[in-house]
Amino acid sequence: MDFTLSKQQQMVQKMYKEFAENEVKPLAKKVDAEEYFPVETVQKMAKLGMMGIYFPKEVGGAGGDVLSYVMAVEEMSKVCGTTGVIISAHTSLCAAPIFENGTPEQKAKYLPKLCSGEWIGAFGLTEPGAGTDAQGQQTFAVDEGDHWKLNGSKIFITNAGYANVFIIIAVTGTVLDKRGRKQKEISAFIVERTDPGFKVGKPEDKMGIRGSSTCELIMEDCIIPKDRLLGVKGKGFQLAMATLDGGRIGIAAQALGIAEGALDETVAYVKERKQFGRSISAFQNTQFELAEMKARVDAAKFLVYQAALKKQSVMDGAKARYSVEAAEAKLIAARTASDVTRRCLQLFGGYGYTRDYPIERMMRDAKITEIYEGTSEVQMMVISGAMLK
Amino acid sequence: MKAIVCVKQVPDTQGKVAVKADGTMDRAAMATITNPDDLNAVEAALQLKDETGCEVVVVTMGPPPAEGMLRELIARGADRGVLVSGREFGGSDTFATSQILAAAVNKIGVGPEDIVFCGRQAIDGDTAQVGPQIAEKLHLPQVTYVTDIKKEGNSLVVKRQLEDGYMELKVNTPCLLTCIKELNNPRYMSVSGIFECYDKPIDVFDYNTLKDDPLIETDTIGLKGSPTNVYKSFAPPVKGAGMMVEDAAQLVGILNDKHLI
Repeated sequence: MDFTLSKQQQMVQKMYKEFAENEVKPLAKKVDAEEYFPVETVQKMAKLGMMGIYFPKEVGGAGGDVLSYVMAVEEMSKVCGTTGVIISAHTSLCAAPIFENGTPEQKAKYLPKLCSGEWIGAFGLTEPGAGTDAQGQQTFAVDEGDHWKLNGSKIFITNAGYANVFIIIAVTGTVLDKRGRKQKEISAFIVERTDPGFKVGKPEDKMGIRGSSTCELIMEDCIIPKDRLLGVKGKGFQLAMATLDGGRIGIAAQALGIAEGALDETVAYVKERKQFGRSISAFQNTQFELAEMKARVDAAKFLVYQAALKKQSVMDGAKARYSVEAAEAKLIAARTASDVTRRCLQLFGGYGYTRDYPIERMMRDAKITEIYEGTSEVQMMVISGAMLK
Repeated sequence: MKAIVCVKQVPDTQGKVAVKADGTMDRAAMATITNPDDLNAVEAALQLKDETGCEVVVVTMGPPPAEGMLRELIARGADRGVLVSGREFGGSDTFATSQILAAAVNKIGVGPEDIVFCGRQAIDGDTAQVGPQIAEKLHLPQVTYVTDIKKEGNSLVVKRQLEDGYMELKVNTPCLLTCIKELNNPRYMSVSGIFECYDKPIDVFDYNTLKDDPLIETDTIGLKGSPTNVYKSFAPPVKGAGMMVEDAAQLVGILNDKHLI
């Protein structure tokens, strides 16, 4: 596997690093402490093409590649996990399913505005009673001739408070499976914030990624035009699962970035912090901790980049799937992020436990990567499922 | 209408300074960046492009790897680049450099509405001579230390920073402006700019391209054409920056931050 970055990839990485350092890092503490959704950062990222990195120019994208997108999430997450997930959810969970499943009209209507950042995107699958059991959907959509009527609610929706476009998964009827048992027929829809009967509920008070806008969505006799069905009727569950395969690469990149950012902070701290008359970096415990964490972070990085390259090959026309690569990347990167941030905090000692240093925020931000877009247990189901097929 | 921007690749002074045995800087051993003031010059040209749709051409004299810097400037929004490169040009001081750059700008062509932008000075030599010398050799009016530019028809109203104030001047095009960091905030490269920058043209001007220009003679360019020579380069001994403390509370705060108390 060749991870040599192309000249363009080296240039985007350089730009992301400068942008993260100058524009994102100074806001990270406020974003966390005040649950502040960094609107101005989103506008700046949009101007630089970061809200549609790997989509082609024809649909308004920046004409980049999947690895350049993954590196954007990674670099932003090094300094602010919230900023990383804003890009990831917008790109992977909203723009990507429209790009991959939309009609030419849907692509023309939504992608230029999403890629330019004029509109922000979100994705609604999870419900109060349908988390990991995503097939237990209660939201339903009824075909009423010239429109669809949606009823139900979604929870824990990333970007919800600021999103203009939502991909909503809903039940559209019942079908009989191969053995003649009744099954829910699930479909995907594009819903706009201004559609009648659509409401965004109150934001969640979260442990980490506190600036990320996570809200409930409520649909009460929500009326949307017929042409908002995304993909094939009855294939919504498959669409959601394929979308999450891509989303997991973004979250894996977020986890990777958080772990790398924590290590960067820790390396600087242990050189400066003195105990027993010398820097704590002179102690073998510190050195061995850093060494093992670095090796684990690099291992995670290879899995994340591998998944990105696999998705790129599919974008380039290869007939392949990247579910397993994405699941492996997310499983390992998320576990590494939680583990590394916790161990880094230990090296910071008492200071690390205070909010004067970013490390406790990074530890809180890391935890969500083991939960959303499929828990680590779901990733293991995906990986073992493919092994035991 | 076009904007021609002269830029220089300089050693990154954040890194360590390497000096060769002959006293000159070992540029190959040091990380490079685009000279900071030159980024303000590029930004000024790009803002003019945003306003008028003019073409932006970035020019540099340097070894072949300087092409990388030109690509980055194209990724910020410049339309094309010119790399002035040749063994004959090596060892040039500010006089010889401005001979060569003026010939290159001539070759690109300065039209009646065009503006040549330079940074005030480069962080390696800190002379602030090349921009003004190019203007003299091209017989262009020049305004140095520019902090504000307004376009009014065929002329520019330019604010010039002085030590104890500023001066506002009206200057006709074509002209040359040297820019300082107070002029603007340079933009980042954009993702789409980066993915397109290798499709845009970069012309290489070597000795043969420029030799017919009257400015180019064997005794006006390169080491031979340089009236000044570097006697010695060295990194000054590191001295910790001192700081004035306002009161005891601030001092306690600093010691506390450093975990000394």
